[in-house]
This record gives sequence, C-alpha cells and structure tokens, in this order.
Amino acid sequence: MTFINYAAKEINCKIVYYGPGLGGKTTNLQHIYTKTAPDRKGKMISLATETDRTLFFDFLPLDLGSIRGFTTRFHLYTVPGQVFYDASRKLILKGVDGVVFVADSQAERMEANVESIRNLESNLDDYGLKLVSLPYTLQFNKRDIPSVMPTDEMYRMLNYKREPTFEASATTGFGVFETLKSVAKQILIELRKK
Amino acid sequence: MSSTFLEVYEEEFERLAEALRRLRYASNAEAIFLIDKNGQQIAAAGDVENFDSTSLASLTAGNVAATDGLAKLIGEREFSVLFHEGERDHIHISLVAERAILLVIFNERSSLGLVRLRVRRASEELEQIFREISERSAAEADEQSPASPFWEITDEDIDSLFNE
Ligand SMILES: Nc1nc2c(ncn2[C@@H]2O[C@H](COP(=O)(O)OP(=O)(O)O)[C@@H](O)[C@H]2O)c(=O)[nH]1
Ligand SMILES: [Mg+2]
Repeated sequence: MTFINYAAKEINCKIVYYGPGLGGKTTNLQHIYTKTAPDRKGKMISLATETDRTLFFDFLPLDLGSIRGFTTRFHLYTVPGQVFYDASRKLILKGVDGVVFVADSQAERMEANVESIRNLESNLDDYGLKLVSLPYTLQFNKRDIPSVMPTDEMYRMLNYKREPTFEASATTGFGVFETLKSVAKQILIELRKK
Repeated sequence: MSSTFLEVYEEEFERLAEALRRLRYASNAEAIFLIDKNGQQIAAAGDVENFDSTSLASLTAGNVAATDGLAKLIGEREFSVLFHEGERDHIHISLVAERAILLVIFNERSSLGLVRLRVRRASEELEQIFREISERSAAEADEQSPASPFWEITDEDIDSLFNE
C-alpha cells in the first residue's frame, strides 16, 4: 500500500521479491544492502531458520532520495520460497505495490519457476489484485552458472505480460539494481495515474 | 483510490500524533507507535529515538499478520490484543479501525492494566480520526483532487532518484 504522509513529506511503497526457494531473493536484498550508503538504508532484518533459509521474510527499508520534495522510501520484502510456507507468503503480499519475480535460470528449476508464478497469481487474487495490472519485473537469476537455460526459452516460459525482464547474478550483483529500478519506476508511474 | 492507498494530510497527521501523545502521557508508556497493517509507521510519540522504528513497524506488522492467520485457522475473526512480556520492557499490540496497529512499549513505571485501559479509550479517538480520513479521501476521489504532487512526476524525476 502506498502511504503518502504530507506532514513528514514522505511516500512509502512496498516491493515484494517472489520466486521459488533458493532462487536468490535473499541474495538480491543482501546485495542491495551492501551497496547502499548507510544514510540511505535501515537495518536488514532476516527471519531465517538456522540453516539460513527464509522462514517468514527478509526486510530492507531503502531511501531513494526525493521527488518534488517528498522522500521516497521503498520497503523491500522477500517471501519464503518453500511450498509449505504458502500461508506466510500470502501474508507478505498484503498491501504490495510492486513485485519482482526472481526466477532460477537452471533448467531443473523451470517447473518450480512456473509453479511459483501460478502461486503468485493465486495469492494476489485473494487480495483482489491482478498480476496484469500490478507493477511487475521479471529477473532471470544465476546467469553466471554454466549451461543455464537460454534466455529466449525462459522468456517464452515465464514472461507473463511482456513485463521488463533482466538477466542477473545476485551473488555478483549483476542486474540487481536494474531490476529494482525497473519495478520502482513502474510503481512511481502508477502514482501519476492516481 | 482503493483501500490499498492511504494519504494522510498534515492536520490529520497532527491529530493522530496528538492522540498518541495523550495516550503516552495517560499510560506512562515509554513509546507509542501507530503502524499500518503493511508495516509502515504512521505516527509515533514518546522516546521514539531509543528504538529502531522502521524495524519495529515491519516486525510488528509481521507479528500481527501471523497472529491473524492463526486466528482464522481456528475460526476466530482476529485476536484483538497481543501482549509480550519482557524482563524490563513489555509490548502491548492492538488493532485500530481494522487497518492500523497500535504498539505500546512500557516498563515498570506503568502496568498492563493501565495500558489496556488507556489504549481502549485512545482507540476510539483514533478510530474516529481514521473514519474522517476515509470519508475525506472518498469525497476527494469523486472530485479528482488536484492537490497530489505526484500528478506531474516526469520520467526525469524518476530517473534522478537512482542517479543521486
Ligand atoms: N551461482 C549463483 N548462486 C546464487 C545466485 N543467487 C543466489 N545464489 C545462491 O543460491 C542460494 C540461495 O539463495 P537465496 O538468496 O537464499 O535464495 P532465496 O531462497 O530465493 O532467498 C545461495 O547459496 C546463494 O548464494 C547467483 O546469481 N548465482
Ligand atoms: Mg530467502
């Protein structure tokens, strides 16, 4: 939910990183956290299991500067990817302004990618939201791994509505900020319509 | 716009903040935060600089969301109050007007009974303010308020965010 506070001159938006388990959602946030100046970010919170798997969510507040005198603040969340955490995933989508789908480029994970997009659609549906009309960016992550699936094939399988699509390697940071920018831009453009 | 869009004007914010300040005073609490259910802080009062308010807001909303989920699982509509007891500091969490969360942090200078009583009163006041905000924004939605500073955002404005 976009929250505009005229007293504090702030605008707050919520971005959720979605996708199958181990696709690199948490790693995206970690990279953004490491590369952002201290005065532009809050604490990164990870509610994880002992083995570092996301249990509930990761959270990173980012301050991107100001537009027309309003501080633009983005709250980045990741969801837990494992199938059995669906109830938690749904909770985190509540009030979402934009979604980044982090797809795993390894061929053996294509089914999991497809399944997770379906799951995203159905969870959005429960809030009366449609992926078609939501700010949405697709990321093909793990491009650094040799012999991953060709991007045009992935595009055919995973692209939903000609949404902006980026190759990335979250561990090196390649494509991570481009992805974030793309979804942030779509969210701000939505504001213009409101 | 729909319920997924909340705009709070300056005088409305001031009324919310004033209600929180009064609650803080009446309950002897350390700090009070008003948070929307999606984890964004709306207003606060008290010794807020002692706390990481952004993290508090996000975790509180997560906590409430998880508890809501639990309630539904056992056939309850919601659990309206949560209480976490620490050695020194305690947290009282309650829902306001369905869309907001009131977080009260207090210590031995107050008590659960007092906090509970004062929160109940303050909630009525906050609910009234939220009702007026909703009515105001519903009215504006009809007449296409020209006040929004975001109507005129240009592509350059947006690009500049990332280039600073
Ligand atoms: N080679 C490679 N490994 C990655 C990349 N992104 C994430 N990983 C690894 O994949 C594993 C799961 O990443 P994580 O961010 O926890 O996935 P999440 O479940 O989507 O949050 C970790 O071991 C990461 O180091 C990438 O771009 N390339
Ligand atoms: Mg994770």
